Amino acid sequence: MEKIIILIVLVTGVIALAQLVRLYELTYKLKDRGEHDIPNRDNNLNAKLMIGFMLFLFSGFIYLVLRFGWTGRGEAASIQGVETDWLLNINFVIIIAVFFLTNFLLFFFSFKYVRKPGVKAKYYSHNNKLEMIWTIVPAVVLAVIIILGLKSWSELTADASKKAEKIELFAYQFAWVARYAGEDNTLGKFDYKLTTGNNELALMTGSTIDSSVQEMGKSIEAVEQKLKLINFDYLSSEYRSLISSSDYKSDVDELVTEISSSEFNLVGAEEQLKQLYGRYTGGGDHIKITLNEPNDETKSIIGDLEKDLSTKERLYRSLVQMKQNHNPSQDKYTLNDIIQKDTLYLCKGREYDFSFRAKDVIHSAYFPHFRAQMNVVPGMPTSFKFTPILTTQEMRASKNNDEFNYVIMCNKICGGAHYKMKMIVVVYPEAEYDDWMALKRKATFKDQYFPNEETEMIAAK
Amino acid sequence: MKKSKPFEEFVLPQGTNKGLKQPKLGEVLIDHDHDHEEENFVSKYIFSHDHKMIGKQFLMTAVFMGLVAMMLSILFRIQLAWPGEESSVLSLFLGDTWAPDGILKEDMYLGLVTLHGTIMVFFLLTGGLSGTFSNLLIPLQLGARDMASGFMNMLSYWFFFLSSLLMFASLFIQEGAVFGIQIGDPTTSLPGVWDGSGPAMAGWTIYPPLSALPQSVSGSGLGMTFWLFSMTIFIASSLIGSLNYIVTVLNLRTKGMTMTRMPLTIWAFFVTAILGTLSFPVLLSAALLLLMDRMAGTSFYLSDIIVGSDMLANHGGSPILYQHLFWFLGHPEVYIVLLPALGLSSEVIATNSRKPIFGYKAMIGSIMAIGFLSFIVWGHHMFITGMNPFLGSVFVFTTLLIAIPSAVKVFNYLTTLWKGSLVLTPAMMFAIGLVSTFITGGVTGIILADSALDIAIHDTYFVVAHFHIVMGMSAVFGMFAGVYHWFPKMFGRMMNTRLGYVHFWLTIIGAYGVFFPMHFVGLAGAPRRYYNYSVYQDFDQGALDMMMDLNVIVTTFAIFSAVAQIIFLFNFFYSIFRGPRAPQNPWRSTTLEWTTPVEHVHGNWPGDLPTVHRWPYDYSKPGSDVDFIMQTEPLAEGEEEH
Ligand code: HEM
Ligand SMILES: [Cu+2]
Ligand SMILES: [Cu+2]
Repeated sequence: MEKIIILIVLVTGVIALAQLVRLYELTYKLKDRGEHDIPNRDNNLNAKLMIGFMLFLFSGFIYLVLRFGWTGRGEAASIQGVETDWLLNINFVIIIAVFFLTNFLLFFFSFKYVRKPGVKAKYYSHNNKLEMIWTIVPAVVLAVIIILGLKSWSELTADASKKAEKIELFAYQFAWVARYAGEDNTLGKFDYKLTTGNNELALMTGSTIDSSVQEMGKSIEAVEQKLKLINFDYLSSEYRSLISSSDYKSDVDELVTEISSSEFNLVGAEEQLKQLYGRYTGGGDHIKITLNEPNDETKSIIGDLEKDLSTKERLYRSLVQMKQNHNPSQDKYTLNDIIQKDTLYLCKGREYDFSFRAKDVIHSAYFPHFRAQMNVVPGMPTSFKFTPILTTQEMRASKNNDEFNYVIMCNKICGGAHYKMKMIVVVYPEAEYDDWMALKRKATFKDQYFPNEETEMIAAK
Repeated sequence: MKKSKPFEEFVLPQGTNKGLKQPKLGEVLIDHDHDHEEENFVSKYIFSHDHKMIGKQFLMTAVFMGLVAMMLSILFRIQLAWPGEESSVLSLFLGDTWAPDGILKEDMYLGLVTLHGTIMVFFLLTGGLSGTFSNLLIPLQLGARDMASGFMNMLSYWFFFLSSLLMFASLFIQEGAVFGIQIGDPTTSLPGVWDGSGPAMAGWTIYPPLSALPQSVSGSGLGMTFWLFSMTIFIASSLIGSLNYIVTVLNLRTKGMTMTRMPLTIWAFFVTAILGTLSFPVLLSAALLLLMDRMAGTSFYLSDIIVGSDMLANHGGSPILYQHLFWFLGHPEVYIVLLPALGLSSEVIATNSRKPIFGYKAMIGSIMAIGFLSFIVWGHHMFITGMNPFLGSVFVFTTLLIAIPSAVKVFNYLTTLWKGSLVLTPAMMFAIGLVSTFITGGVTGIILADSALDIAIHDTYFVVAHFHIVMGMSAVFGMFAGVYHWFPKMFGRMMNTRLGYVHFWLTIIGAYGVFFPMHFVGLAGAPRRYYNYSVYQDFDQGALDMMMDLNVIVTTFAIFSAVAQIIFLFNFFYSIFRGPRAPQNPWRSTTLEWTTPVEHVHGNWPGDLPTVHRWPYDYSKPGSDVDFIMQTEPLAEGEEEH
């Protein structure tokens, strides 16, 4: 196939080039002509080509449909998708009819009414009745389209029923994680500030808050430490040797604390150091103190560290506040949530109420086979629902492809590996799904991360 | 009675009217020899205040930018058709940094797509199309000596030039340096904003947080900073230009040129300029807020974010706010691109059908209706952002309403052709091509506007197919029609017609060949902005095979149509210098621009300004033995206007 096309391209290219050269010469001849007009021969040839092109366009369309079919993604695999496809097909019938009809008229007129000697164009400037007709007819057709569309739209976006199973999809650069709501079918709370190494989903319980407060405290200390070190890095060498001499150990320690306290500010650094030094030597200034100017790199590191510190302090304060407001009776909802990576399992015929959460940038959860999609927006929860009606096995049979799987793809540009951000979806028949779920219930959030915190569970109950 | 407006009544910017002397009664002033003495190279070709020269400057810059954007698309199309294969073209253009061993890097794929889209939409089709032809035609078709303010007009071009330069330069960003010149200041406490590599990579819509966080993709550093600065300057250019167009249309029409005697081109430019002045400021504020989020630590668009392991303290902002602001411009923008193309082709079609445009008043009505409606449909780009479903319904309704005036336009074009006496000039062919693409791309819009259906195809290649056909192809065809038709007016010479034919046929075949198959890629569920489709291997090899077949077809046609543009470039540049001299009115057209001398003069008409007595579409009028009557021709005894 490719070869043929490339061949066609080459041949046309050569022809074009030949034309080019020939016309280059013609240009010279034309130059002498004062008037500019299109010869009848050219006019008629192009008129015929208009019809030729129309045939190319229409047959290209038909070829593509025959070769690739309508639904490259197969039949719809959810109740909502079946509805969507039905509506889509109605719309397609309408627009394809319009496509053929109007394009036909266009190219046909361009062919038929090409200039002929002795035939004058018809002076026809307006006709209110005609214009009325082609305002009203599209309006009526569109009204039908709008009504059908809005009917589907309101069904698709209506809240999921109470008994729908809740799943949260968490998106980050560049993967998906699912969280099932567990036995109580209630998703536990979360707060992004609770993200830690072993709480990637930032779920909220009394103890995750505690460990976040701790971790944040530690990382604030770490930043402060770094700042302290870097401050010393650019003191003059005399000064550094002075303060590190053991004779003055205790005073120096005090000095160090002061220098690295949060009030210590770079701009007034030299002044402050002199003062401190003055106090330290009883007012004499027999040792000249100079600060090595921090070089650009040091400055930028300090800037970053300070910014980081203030961010962390803000986060720390709100974590402490979170702790104070926390209601431990909510923990049970969180603890029995089930975290599921790599593959999402669904049950045929069960309604799912998805909610979406992003960690970093906007992603979009696109389920092409279920005709479902929703953006995943940081800081703004979104949701939608659908009910799978074909198991993976059934879909494989329908597509005649043993290796087919459902999938979630990311469909909002989110960075370099956007194109790889997917999650396989498996739809089980009910029995299999229940078995899988029973197994999973033994590996809840609590089991994975707090296996020893019996008390918390009991207290919560 | 002829209106005689002496020259000094015209508020020409200083410097422009130097060469004009007051005409004595009955004297015909052909004064350009005199001009040459007074003007030097710089004031004539560079800092010109003359609208015709400025129009040409816009055209040249836009042609260059358009070629760049087209080249970018070829580069990423090569990647899509032959992913993972070593390509010497890629390594030639992108070098070792972006295409080591001839294999494109994934980040740069996004960079190419982003800059392609941005340049095509803003620089080729906004700056280029409306900048060129509004400038050229508004004064000429209205009978004005120049734009209301020649100085602002010049400023508009130079802002455009500067922003083009910045956007182009951003392609060459390497680790905080452009062309090896270090921009980044390491002492800044704004990590990332001044470093990073590559152009902006967040798509032409640059949605935050991706565009706000330099940590999230390498192009969101200096590349994004360049993008934002460039667009800020671009917006300034566009606003200055638009205000000038509006004022000129309202104030500088010559005697007899009532609003309902204006050619449809002018109506289109006029409404376009209004759309621009009302919507670009909103994009400007969106961009400024984004700059603040990037540089000043504000949280307009950011809330609860962790990038990598960086926990940000931003809270309370909304990324969706940005989208509302962006699309408040973004949708009118597609009409800013489209309306001038429709305007140009109305004129071309009427002239070359030797018939009045059918339903002139209805055409004006639909331009205005489209203009108005385009402000209340932006939400159709956001159906799946989780917006309130009721709000979604409103946007479905308003969007589908736009289909009505659009349909009216199409039917009016068809009726104009009906029983005409068509002269198939290259311009006419491109105008006919435009009507075809406007139909083909327009009908798929009906599907995308239907929120329930959009869920299943939003952001897939179906959308890419739709907007390229309805906006990309139509506008580019409109632009080509404009260039072929008004080339004699711009350069005083004719383009070669037969090369024009070859160019047209290759282009329309190529362009349909590129964009039509994309519908099928999209219906197979392929998301856009994907570097390759290798993920399909894990779940649907069959769909992947089909997609790869289609992608090869698409890329082949893309290369084909890109090569076809060489013919145009040759014809264009060759004809500027060597084309046959143009007669004064080569297409036997009725409008005022064809009453000016072929050689450009300042003030456009050497003598008095023309007076207008009739509408611009008196072609083949019964009772007249010529097949066109100039607008300056007084109505005959007992003649009805139309
Ligand atoms: C040589 C002709 C062209 C080719 C082969 C081409 C191809 C493409 C393709 C394949 C994409 C989608 C990439 C993706 O989403 O992964 C794209 C994006 C785009 N193109 Fe074109 N295009 C061409 C001309 C144009 C023109 C004339 C316009 C003017 C409207 C245009 C505007 C855009 C825009 C706005 C995008 C979206 C960029 C984004 O996703 O951020 N293109 N082009
Ligand atoms: Cu993504
Ligand atoms: Cu829109």
